Amino acid sequence: MTEPLVRVDDVARTYHSRRGLFGRAVEVAAVDGVSFTLGRGETLGIVGESGSGKSTTGRLVLGLEPSDRGTVAFDGAALPKGGTPDWRRLRARMQMIFQDPLGALDRRLPIGEQIREPLDIHDIGDTASRVARVADLLDRVGLTRNHGRRYPHELSGGQRQRAVLARALATTPDFLVCDEPISALDVSIQAQVVNLLVDLQAEFGLAMLFVSHDLRVVRQVSRRVAVMYLGRIVEEGSADDLFASPVHPYTRALVSAAPTPGRRLTDRIVLQGDPPDPADRPSGCAFHPRCPVAEARCRIETPRLVDVGGGRRAACLPVSGDATSTREAA
Amino acid sequence: MVDLSPAAPTRRFAVTLPRLPVTVSLALLWVIAMIVIALFADAIAPHGFTALDLKHRLVAPGEPTHLLGTDELGRDVLSRLVASIRISLAIAFGATLISALIGTTLGFLAAHFRGLVEQVVLMLADFQASMPFLIMALSVLAFFGNSLPLLIGLMGLYGWERYARIARGLAISAGSQGYAGAVRQLGASPGRVYGRHILPNIASTLIVSMTLVFPEVILMESGLSFLGLGVQPPMTSLGNMVGYGREYLTRAPWILLSPSVTIVLTTLAVSILGDWVRDSLDPTLR
Repeated sequence: MTEPLVRVDDVARTYHSRRGLFGRAVEVAAVDGVSFTLGRGETLGIVGESGSGKSTTGRLVLGLEPSDRGTVAFDGAALPKGGTPDWRRLRARMQMIFQDPLGALDRRLPIGEQIREPLDIHDIGDTASRVARVADLLDRVGLTRNHGRRYPHELSGGQRQRAVLARALATTPDFLVCDEPISALDVSIQAQVVNLLVDLQAEFGLAMLFVSHDLRVVRQVSRRVAVMYLGRIVEEGSADDLFASPVHPYTRALVSAAPTPGRRLTDRIVLQGDPPDPADRPSGCAFHPRCPVAEARCRIETPRLVDVGGGRRAACLPVSGDATSTREAA
Repeated sequence: MVDLSPAAPTRRFAVTLPRLPVTVSLALLWVIAMIVIALFADAIAPHGFTALDLKHRLVAPGEPTHLLGTDELGRDVLSRLVASIRISLAIAFGATLISALIGTTLGFLAAHFRGLVEQVVLMLADFQASMPFLIMALSVLAFFGNSLPLLIGLMGLYGWERYARIARGLAISAGSQGYAGAVRQLGASPGRVYGRHILPNIASTLIVSMTLVFPEVILMESGLSFLGLGVQPPMTSLGNMVGYGREYLTRAPWILLSPSVTIVLTTLAVSILGDWVRDSLDPTLR
């Protein structure tokens, strides 16, 4: 098997926040030991509720934030430190799509110039070829040349996200991280942008990390899906399998809550208890206070992500059995 | 496809000939007049500003040879006013530019490096804000004597902490989630991020801040000169004229009135102009 394009090994990121004026510093483990690999042209969807660390994972993989632990390797080489010249050069090969397209665009520059900017930064081609490339990119994402002369505030939300997409694709990157790329858009526009993403991914052979809380979209875009809960991946597998027969109790609840047109949500699993607080992580399996199948040992033992057959990995003690747990020192 | 924006190609050039509101036109005229007067002070002044004419002391305005009257030594008020405008404008422009430069640079440094650099910059800003500037200026001028470059440099320290705070705050907010973060993510060097993206975006705020500091510098210089520590005779400035004219306030108010009116009108004009420049620089308000 060839080396995957992106190999993420046990990365973690902890934030320190202070509660109140004189409160103690609290450690919040936003991402706590996430590992996955991503091959060329492959898409991995990451789903989870807010605060599960899915966006932070995306930023760690790009090196936008330093990881406290673990390694990220891109194309066989370790990712350079953020902000260094090596890291900046690598930006031509890995790009990001942001959640808020208006925020990600400079409102004082026409979008044509902004799409051209990565070419200027990485010194690709001469002036004429850059202009031609911008026209080509505008065309690919379904904008006209006239749009290129407009300012971001003169475009609609969907058009802005198309412009952001064109800018990200300007240097023909190998790897794209999409951080909730459609959640700021109207429902009617979402489908267009998602279809555009899928088309462009196939056309450019992009590897994609698709971060979203919207299960339907993730299912449509990704072949593989990882479900995150409190900074850890709790289940990973192919999108079809995972949504058809979820193994982990959290995934089961998540999938059962996704609405389907024409069907009442009768068999929905309603989770008990409060949404988790990353600063106050439950012991053992972080999901045990809300888990319908939790056993006594779930309180003390932290499950590891293990193979449960059929290319699936899950981190759940009742599902995977005894031998796979690590006992945490109390 | 139907082209919905036929005006788009010409839009950027249409901005160069905007219709000015009346107040803005008046303010613009006044500021231009002041600059012209400052540049051609020697040609405009009818007399030398230090020329004594003891036979015509405290002449009231209206005389053909002394349009704005004369002061207690028979010096022509109009000539002195023209010379004062030159000095005061030089100090105000110089000081405003220096403080904007220092403040913005320090603010960007704080936003870029964070950590220790940021703490030091913020501490300096707090120190500057909590220190009565007049007292600091008084002590510096008392110890180091007085010269025009020193005065401009000293005034250049006035108000830098505002630019520093504005520049730091806006740069941080643009960097974490906004456009600057996106451009950094494209691989742009810090110089490009700050020079091409953040600076144009926050320029309007900085310009407004400059138009607030500019009148304050004029007033500060006037205050220092009034106290006798600013511009020293025989040189003259607007504040200097007001300061020395106060003794004749009841007998010859024209000595003090014309520089006072000039101070008020100039500061007002600069404020109006700054407000208008900010609005017209912002493409989202077009």
